[in-house]
This record gives sequence, structure tokens and C-alpha cells, in this order.
Amino acid sequence: MATREVISTGNELSAIAAVDAGCEFFGGYPLTPSSEVMHVLSDLLPKVGGVSIQMEDEIAGICAVIGASMVGQRAMTATSGPGISLKAENLGLAQMAEVPLVCVNVMRGGPSTGLPTRVSQGDVAQAKNPSHGDYKSITLCAGNLAECYTETVRAFNLADRFMQPVFVLLDETLGHMHGKAEIPTAEAVKAGIVPRKKFDGPADEYFPYEAAQDEPAVLNPMYEGYRYHFTGLHHDKNGFPTEEIHTCKALIERLFNKVEAHEDELESYEEFMMDDAEVMIIAYGSVSLAAKESIRHLRDEGIKAGLFRPITLWPSPVDAIRKWTSKIDKVLCVELNIGQYHDEIQRASGRLDIEELFKVNGRPISPYEIVNKVKEL
Amino acid sequence: MAFNYDQYLRLEKMPTLWCWGCGDGVILKAFIRAVDKLGIGQDDMCVVSGIGCSGRFSSYVDFNTVHTTHGRTIAYATGIKLANPSKYVVCVAGDGDALAIGGNHTIHGCRRNIDITMIVIQNFIYGLTNSQTSPTTPQGMWTVTQKAGNIDPTFDACELAIAAGASFVGRETVNAPKKMEKMITQALEHRGFSFVELNSNCHINLGRKNKMVSAMENLDWIDSITVSKRKYDTLPPEEQMNLLPTGILKQDTEVREYCDMYQDIIDVHQGKRGKITQDDFVKKI
Repeated sequence: MATREVISTGNELSAIAAVDAGCEFFGGYPLTPSSEVMHVLSDLLPKVGGVSIQMEDEIAGICAVIGASMVGQRAMTATSGPGISLKAENLGLAQMAEVPLVCVNVMRGGPSTGLPTRVSQGDVAQAKNPSHGDYKSITLCAGNLAECYTETVRAFNLADRFMQPVFVLLDETLGHMHGKAEIPTAEAVKAGIVPRKKFDGPADEYFPYEAAQDEPAVLNPMYEGYRYHFTGLHHDKNGFPTEEIHTCKALIERLFNKVEAHEDELESYEEFMMDDAEVMIIAYGSVSLAAKESIRHLRDEGIKAGLFRPITLWPSPVDAIRKWTSKIDKVLCVELNIGQYHDEIQRASGRLDIEELFKVNGRPISPYEIVNKVKEL
Repeated sequence: MAFNYDQYLRLEKMPTLWCWGCGDGVILKAFIRAVDKLGIGQDDMCVVSGIGCSGRFSSYVDFNTVHTTHGRTIAYATGIKLANPSKYVVCVAGDGDALAIGGNHTIHGCRRNIDITMIVIQNFIYGLTNSQTSPTTPQGMWTVTQKAGNIDPTFDACELAIAAGASFVGRETVNAPKKMEKMITQALEHRGFSFVELNSNCHINLGRKNKMVSAMENLDWIDSITVSKRKYDTLPPEEQMNLLPTGILKQDTEVREYCDMYQDIIDVHQGKRGKITQDDFVKKI
């Protein structure tokens, strides 16, 4: 893939990626530390004939995005944890009605107002189940500046493929990090866009929600002669409310199956110096940058450490986690929260002895903290 | 010949879940006649509803339809409208939907003056969920959450819409179906945010403990609290206090519509015009 070198920030790269990926609509509300995504898109989107609108609140932001997506546009919002909490109900509608969108979350300290200008990874569990009810979240997590771009692009393609919201997790450190990044050219990204599936047969043969049990709905854009109904209620193949027991069961199971049956299309992770590793560090997001640095120091001192970095957090890369955790004794999970992904690592590995290094004071983890922790193991 | 509604209805969804004698059906029919009169194609309109009895409106009419979460019709409709400004977008919401949980969106939809027609079916009570207090429930009436009598002050939704900047504001009642039809027609024709309050009856949930157990009694009460704007304006304040004026309460065709204004932003960024300044606006603050 053709690439280019840019000097930018994580938030700006996410915004540029959206436009390159064909995003035409942004709806949001200012929220530190994500606001720069909207600042940049308010310039970039109108340039390509799109719309960036600052709505009256976080809820309106996500609702407008869902509305634009129903019309057929690629659409995005960006916020941080408090915003996700407010958007949660409508993210649930997008899951239920199968409306694709991209939701960028630049994580800051929580809960509540928390630490608005400081880093955290406290929204990892929230990203798995922001709304009530049963559905399967797709959550991608950028681990460096370039991935703020590439994971945003991937999120748009996955949203249209799976017809549901896709989360992109950045954190305050990455969002505000300013530096050089090698990213794909806009042309290369455009060439890789796979548009949403459309039905082009006669309208009376169109049943938007009549999909195979492991496939998403096929939702044609509005105003093209295929009139149907969107609802957050349990619905039938035409989208109309129903309480019929078999239809309700099949619908919710399909929302799960459509993701679970295609996890191979979603799986993404990095293995860094893992081949001969005797200590396995698991880290994601900006923490993985400190982890890599710590591994170089540890190896200088003769400790063979390696990094396993999940990029798709949900669904988690269970097979890869199990493969490594069954081979390596010493496994350390490093997170800027109190073990939100540690729980998942224990579940995936079937082990209850995964070591932990957690930090929740709004400060990044330094490589030396990881070095010291590994030496204690 | 009687008007045939079938073309615009999803007949397989009939009968509606609305109670016997409910005014919502009268509004549904007035809406359909208005759309038909204007010759709007069914593919050229999106109907967005929220939660409550009014929420089911969207599933009964054969347009592009969206049944959203509670209170969020305008927020969804704003994205829908901006994504394709050439199409008609109509919101149908109840008084709880539009004025309680969705009050913020109502204010800002009006303020932006985006070309959405908002129909508020105002029956003074939460109907679908069985008689809880609404922001428009008259003080002193019985509700299931205020059995001792409602103490919560009410407010005039049309006054709110006017103050917030809607460029078309009007009120009619289900007692006057022809007037409703005309008002919806005018609202659809109006370019900008049109706010239409339609007072409807809920003899089941408002009336049952407030001495209006039949539709007729409830409709008579609506008749007694509404008066044409022309007559309303001649009344002394102490009489106006307990009356709601009907008819067009505001229509401003000068103020610019939001999608049109957003095109200016696009033009600035595409180098087709200079930056937008305060001189572009008559009313700036």
C-alpha cells in the first residue's frame, strides 16, 4: 500500500482518516480530550461537500449521526467517556436497528467528570457494553499515531460490513501526541473502501432484516424507493415492531452471530519480540509504547520480554491470547485502569494468575515502572 | 367521493394500537390529506417519531419511517435532513416526548430553523404508560404520579417554540380536522422549522379520573380551553391565562433556513465565497 509521511496529532489523524474513508457527516458535542476531531472535521467535511455539526448535547450528536447514516452516508461522532455514557441509549438503537457508524472515544480519567485532561483506559469495559441489552460490540484500539488513522479507516469499513456502530478507542496521550507518522495515501484508502451492501431487486421483494443467521441486515439508503421502518423495538423482516417469540429470539441471536461467526475478519493484534519471550507483557493503546520501550531495557539486562498488543479489543483475540499464555508462564497485563482487560485476558487464557500493573491517577505508565514490575515477577 | 387513505397507510398494521375514540387517528388522517394535497411523493418524505402513543404514528404511514428513542426525534431528523436537504422530514412527537425528555432538542431545532415540520400531539398526559404527569398536564388535575392533584406548573409549548426561534408556529385541535389539515399543509410548505401543536384527547388516561371519561367530554373540555388567536388577542389577560390560542401564531419567511446557511459554509471552504461575517445577518445576537 502506498504511504505518506505526515506530522500530526492522533485526534487530527483520526479526523483526516474519516474524510479519506468517505465520511460525509459528523455530529458531536465538545468534549475534552476529543474536541480536536470535531475542530478538524468542521474544516475538512464542508470542503468535500459534507456536514460537520455541533449539536446541542452528546445525545443529539449521536442521534444526528444515526439519522445521516440511515440516509446512506458514512457518519461519525467523537467524544470521551462521559459522552459515551450519554450516547449509550442511542448506540443501543444503532445496534438494534443495525445502523453503521463510527464512534471515536478519546479516553480520559473517570468515572463521572473524572480527570478531563488526563489519560486513562477506563472505558474499555464500557466499549464492550455501553447500552443495555444483548449485542456484540466491535472495538478497535489505536496503539500509535499511525493507527489513529488506519484504525479509523478500518472502523468505517467494518461498520458498513457488519452494519453496526464501531468504536475506535484513542486515549488522551495518543489524541494529543504530536509527531511523525507513516500512513496510507488517501488514494490507497479510497481504493480499499467496500461500500455498504444494497438490494437492487423489486421493492416488494425487499426485506431489509431478512438476513442469514450470521449476516447483517441489508439496509438500502432512504428515498430510493424501498420504504421500510427503523425501530429500536424488536422487529420483523420489514423492520416493523413484533413480539413474536421466534422472531425476537432470532433477531438478538443474529446480532451476536453476525459478529461471532466472522471474528477472523475482525481480529487484529501485534506480537512484538514474542518469538523467544519468557515474559509476556499485554498492553494496548498508548501504554504499549511504554511497554515496547521497557522491553528494550529488559532485553539489555538479559530478560527476554515480549509484547502482545490487541488492536481489536472486542471481540478479543481469544485464540492468540490462549496460544501465548499456554506457552509462557509469566504474563503481565499493564493497563491505565483497574484490570478492565485483565479480566478478559484471564477469561480467554483460562488462567487466574495473570500479573497486573494498573494505574488510575491520570498519569501515563513509564517504561521504568514496567521494567521494575517485570523484575519482581 | 370520500378520500381514500389506503395508498398512504400500511394497511397490514391496522388496526392501530390507539384507543377507541382517540384523536391521534384524526391527526393521522389530516396529515395524510395534507401530504396528498401537496402531491408529495411517498419516497420523498421521512417521518420520524419518538416514544409514546404518538411514537407508533411512523409505523402506520407508508413513507421512509424512523421510530427513535424517547424524545430524540428532532436530533435524528436533523441528521436525516442535512444528509439530503431536498426531501421532506416530519417529526411526530407527544407532549412528554417533545417537551419533557426531548425539550432540549425542541429548543435547538427551533433555534436552528432547520426545515423540519414538527407535529406535537399534545394530549396533556402520558397516555401509553398510563396517566403520568406531563409538562402540559393542567395544575390540579389527577395523575397516577400525583393522585393528590398535580402541583407542577404547565407551560405553553407554542410560546416556547416562538421564543426559541421557530419560523412557523401554530396550534389546532382535533375538534377541527379541516383546520388541522390546512395547518399541516402550511407547515409542510413553509421552509424552516415549523412547530405545530395539535391538541388531542385522551379520555382513557387524562379523562378517567378528571371527569372526562368519554371522548366527547374530553373533546368538549379541549374546546373550552382553546380559542382562535383573533379572539384571544381581544381578551383581557385574566381570561387569556386559562386559554390556548389556535391558528397560526407566528410565520416568518425572511429568516434563513439552516441547510441553506450550511451551504454558505460549504461555499466558504470550497472558495466560492468569502468568510461569513456579522454583516451577513440582520439579527446577530
